[in-house]
Amino acid sequence: MHSNQYTLIYAAVLSVITAIVLAVAAEGLKPLQDENIALDTRSNILKAVRLDYTDRDKINETYDTKIQEMVVNVAGEVQEEKPVQIDLKNQVNIDPAERKLPLYIYTGEGDKKYYVIPLRGTGLWGPIWGYISLEEDFNTVYGAIFDHKSETPGLGAEIAEYPFQKQFQGKKIMEGDKFVSVNVWKTTYKSPLGQEHRVDGISGGTITSNGTDDMLENCIAPYVSYFDKINTKNQKQVAVK
Amino acid sequence: MAVQETPAAPPVVKQKKDGLFSKKNLQILRDPLDDTNPVTVQVLGICSALAVTVQVKPALIMSLGVIFVTSFSNLIISLLRKSIPTRIRIIVQLIVVAMLVTIVDQTLKAFLFDVSKKLAVFVGLIITNCIIMGRLEAFALGQKPWPSFLDGLGNGLGYGLILIMVAVFREFFGSGSLMGYQIVPQWAYDHGYVNNGLMVLPPAALFIIGLYIWWQRSRNEKLVNVS
Repeated sequence: MHSNQYTLIYAAVLSVITAIVLAVAAEGLKPLQDENIALDTRSNILKAVRLDYTDRDKINETYDTKIQEMVVNVAGEVQEEKPVQIDLKNQVNIDPAERKLPLYIYTGEGDKKYYVIPLRGTGLWGPIWGYISLEEDFNTVYGAIFDHKSETPGLGAEIAEYPFQKQFQGKKIMEGDKFVSVNVWKTTYKSPLGQEHRVDGISGGTITSNGTDDMLENCIAPYVSYFDKINTKNQKQVAVK
Repeated sequence: MAVQETPAAPPVVKQKKDGLFSKKNLQILRDPLDDTNPVTVQVLGICSALAVTVQVKPALIMSLGVIFVTSFSNLIISLLRKSIPTRIRIIVQLIVVAMLVTIVDQTLKAFLFDVSKKLAVFVGLIITNCIIMGRLEAFALGQKPWPSFLDGLGNGLGYGLILIMVAVFREFFGSGSLMGYQIVPQWAYDHGYVNNGLMVLPPAALFIIGLYIWWQRSRNEKLVNVS
C-alpha cells in the first residue's frame, strides 16, 4: 500500500501534466476551431433562407455577395456595430429596450429581400439557437433553422432536424398589428390563435419545445419596431409613386 | 522486450523473449476481433453502437476515436502500472482516458467539424465506454506496455468492425447510400423501392447486432455454450 503522501503527490502531478497537455492542445487547435464555427454560422444563416451548401468556398462566396449585415436597436435605429461584435448570449437576457439586435439581409432572386434574425435561448440541457428568416412583408416566415448544444437525441434534439424546421415555412408572426410569434404547441392546445401562428411541438421534448417557443418570442419581438419603420417608409414610397 | 537478463545467473530456464509480433502478441491483437469481441461477445459499448451507426462516416470516425483512446490509454496505464497507487487507480485511469477523449474531441472540432457535430455528445461519452475501462482493469494494469497497446488496438478494432458493419447495413437499407454516395439508383425508387425507415432508428442497430451474434455463435465453435 502506498502512503497517503505518495498518493496525494501522484494525483497532483498527474493532474498538472494532463492539464498542461490539454491546455496546449486546446490553444493550438483554437484558430482552426474558430474558423469552423464562423463558417458554421454563415452556413446556418444561408440555411435559414433555404440555401443548403456544404462546400466551404460556395458558402463564403454566397455569404459575401448576397448577405448584408447590420445591427439595429429596439427603436428601429441602425447602430454602428457589426453583428460579430454582438454577444447574443448576453443580449437575449437583458431588457429588450437596451438590446442591440443583429440582422442579416439576404437579397435573393429578383431583388427580393429576406430578413434573417438570430435566435438564442435555453433548452433542457443547454443552450439552443437558430436563425429565422422573414419575407419582405415582415410577417411571413420564409425558413428557420435550429441547433442545440446537448438536447436529448431523438427527443429535444429533433429541433435540429428538417421535418421540425420545415413546419415554420409560411407561418405568420403578426396578427393584424399585434406581434404573436410562431408558437410551438401541441396540436390540440386550445388557443384563439390560428394554425398560421403555431407549429407542432415535439413529443417527449416538451421542455425543448417550450424553450424554442420562448426563444422565438423573446428574440423576434424587439425587431418589430424596426420592421414597422421600414414598412412605413416603403408605404410612403409607394404613395409618392 | 525490456526483460533484463543477468548473465551471471545460471540459465535454469532460458527466459524466452517475445518478438514484437510473436504468436502470442498476434493472438492478443486478433482475439478481440472475433473470439472475445467487446461488442458481440462481451456486449459492451452498445450505447454508442446504437447512436452513431446511422451512417458509415460518423461510425468510421467514432471507431478511429475509440481505437486511438483504447490503444493509448492501455499503453499509458501499462507504463504507469507499477507507480499507480491502488487506492486511486480508477481515478488515474479516468484522468488518462478523459485526457485522450478531450484530445480526440478537440481534434475533430478543428479538422472534421461536420462529423463532430453529428457525433456530438458521443465523443465525450467515449470516457464512459465500458470497453476502455474494462481493458484497463483487466489487461493494462497487469501487462507490459507493448501487449497492452496491442490489446487496446485489437479491442478498438473489434468495436470498430461491428460499428462499421452495422452502419453499412443501416445506411444502405435506410438511406440507399454508403459514405454519403447514393448507391440505390433513382430508377429503383421510380419503380416503387422504398427506403426502410426502421433502419434509421436506433432499434435497427440492436436487431443487426443480434443477428450478427446469432451468426457468429453458429459459426464459431469456441462461443458455443459460453455466455
